[in-house]
Amino acid sequence: MIEELLQSSPGLMNFGIFFLLAVVLLLVVLGFVTYAILAERKVLGYMQARHGPNQLGGKWGLLQTVADVLKLLIKEDVIPKAADRPLFIIAPIIAFTPAFMVLATIPFTDKFQFADIGVGLLYYIAVSGMTIFGMVLGGWASNNKYALLGGMRAGAQMISYEIPLVMSVLGVILLTGSLNLTDIVVQQEHGWFILYQPIAFIVFFIASIAELNRTPFDLPESENELVAGYFVEYSGFRWAFFMLTEYVYMFAMSSLITVIFLGGWLPPLDILGFIPGAVWFALKFCVVVFVYMWLRATLPRFRIDRLMEFAWKVLFPVALANIFLTALIKTLFF
Amino acid sequence: MIRTEEMLLNVGPQHPSTHGVFRLVVKIDGEIITEATPVIGYLHRGTEKLAEDLQYTQIIPYTDRMDYLSAMTNNYVICHAVETMMGIQIPERADFLRVMAMELGRIASHLVAWGTYILDLGATSPFIYAFRDREMIINMLNELSGARLTFNYMRVGGVKWDAPEGWVDGVREFVPYLREQLKGYHNLVSGNEIFLDRVKGVGVYSKEEAINYSLSGPNLRSTGVKWDLRKDEPYSIYDRFDFNVITREEGDCLARYHVRLEEIEESLKILEQACEQFPAEGEIMAKVPKIIKAPKGEAFVRIESPRGEIGCYISSDGKKEPYRLKFRRPSFYNLQILPKLLVGENIANLIAILGAVDIVLGEVDG
Repeated sequence: MIEELLQSSPGLMNFGIFFLLAVVLLLVVLGFVTYAILAERKVLGYMQARHGPNQLGGKWGLLQTVADVLKLLIKEDVIPKAADRPLFIIAPIIAFTPAFMVLATIPFTDKFQFADIGVGLLYYIAVSGMTIFGMVLGGWASNNKYALLGGMRAGAQMISYEIPLVMSVLGVILLTGSLNLTDIVVQQEHGWFILYQPIAFIVFFIASIAELNRTPFDLPESENELVAGYFVEYSGFRWAFFMLTEYVYMFAMSSLITVIFLGGWLPPLDILGFIPGAVWFALKFCVVVFVYMWLRATLPRFRIDRLMEFAWKVLFPVALANIFLTALIKTLFF
Repeated sequence: MIRTEEMLLNVGPQHPSTHGVFRLVVKIDGEIITEATPVIGYLHRGTEKLAEDLQYTQIIPYTDRMDYLSAMTNNYVICHAVETMMGIQIPERADFLRVMAMELGRIASHLVAWGTYILDLGATSPFIYAFRDREMIINMLNELSGARLTFNYMRVGGVKWDAPEGWVDGVREFVPYLREQLKGYHNLVSGNEIFLDRVKGVGVYSKEEAINYSLSGPNLRSTGVKWDLRKDEPYSIYDRFDFNVITREEGDCLARYHVRLEEIEESLKILEQACEQFPAEGEIMAKVPKIIKAPKGEAFVRIESPRGEIGCYISSDGKKEPYRLKFRRPSFYNLQILPKLLVGENIANLIAILGAVDIVLGEVDG
């Protein structure tokens, strides 16, 4: 359906439909974020021998996050006097917009995808790189020393980890010969790439945690060192935007891992094909999200210098070796 | 040309990892610390001066509020000082109750030290596990004294309350439980590569430096000095128990971490033996006069608190209040080495080093 729309001549009707679909996606994503936060708190609670939210919205605390967001919305909008006002205001938006933009290329099922562009993977990585601007700008514009340190850490970390991230995916691209995400899924019909590219998967997964700024790579916001890092001066809805960015990226990154390595909407066995692809996608996606939460409950934080060493001295060479190995095997045996 | 300059960063007094209201003014070049100046006194309440107008029994609640994570040892040191001056013999049962309370307090304190230290390094779960187990100790001490944190349990000449029925059995059951939990602690944290990366070889000082800076407790023993007042100058009934003094040679943050965890195990040993030897009956208070007056003169006693040597000096002119009271507060002394350790480290190591010293601000500021 979307393909037809994309190829038909532009008009008010097309625009209307796309606008509507985008709003639907935004609502889906916001719904995910709302309940991902709740799920995270519940999972952490379960792992930490406590209950998590259980007061508002029945015994599962289903309305807890809604109430939290509401509170953030009606909070006073504080902008520090010494802050660089325009940058301070625009930084959360710069951080958030790419997070939402990358969702366009994710093929949730074989039918449901917003933009089936040829270089989908490249688009994802390029656009998501822009979020760094938002974080560094936010840290800089706050005119706070902790925020500055956090912003600088965010910049250094995310740029460093983007390289192993891209390099690890190259192994997959060598196999598929395509950057199109739908193509990548379709080629996994006879086996997911997690089986053919285990090294790439591990490197990609580790680098993705660093890209998401989650434990054990949560240095940009490391509460115990930098209080809150780059968003220490933010409050209310601007702060919510930074948090939203993080969770939307978690949504996007988990989707991307599902697409590249876990076979997207494809069922694990052909016999299970009667279950719709969307369900498979959601299941695999949830497993990835759960692993992120699990790691957060278990691991302590890296130190900044070790973090850089790890990116450049471990992940990067391993990813390069993986590309070499893949190329070698491909030319010799196929 | 790029112009770089040093930045002055205020860590604290309101900061998640300074364990209270401790303030550290650090000069940083990028993330590397070039100078660190601790600023203390935000929690100063003048315990020592206040004590000059208080009767000895009235001073005890003030000591609860110094090292609020192991108030029992503070209770003991003031009582012990007055008892030494007056030459009072403590009934056996009271001695057992005191030692058990102090060892439980030591375990509780080390659990908090462990949990908060891992929290400082960025992992949240161990903190909650530590507090879950500490809660059981707090409940036991609550049964004993009627308070969860500020016990005010000991008196000159004994203890205020006898153990309720079944209390000793509760302690006896707790020992194997915590041993099992400790295994889990080690499995979860001690072998973690990221954790080892953060603490191994960080904040190293030598034996001589430790002694010169007058460090004590786990901070001293982590350098290999075998010095524990419970063994070297046994007070109360510690000479009756069989336990080891834990030492490590490395003198880094990891050594301090291991010393603390293993000291929990030694304290469990003491508790186990104390439960066996606990006298079935007996007095809990010695015969002391209604109004306690220390004889003219002075006395200094020191005992081993979880954080190191806590000392109490009393100078008396024979009245019911002390003429001068002085505490040697181990956290305060342990903190002195910090400016030296921090130079050349980065911000992340600052937190790791400060956490490993294990200060309690109530004690630092007095």
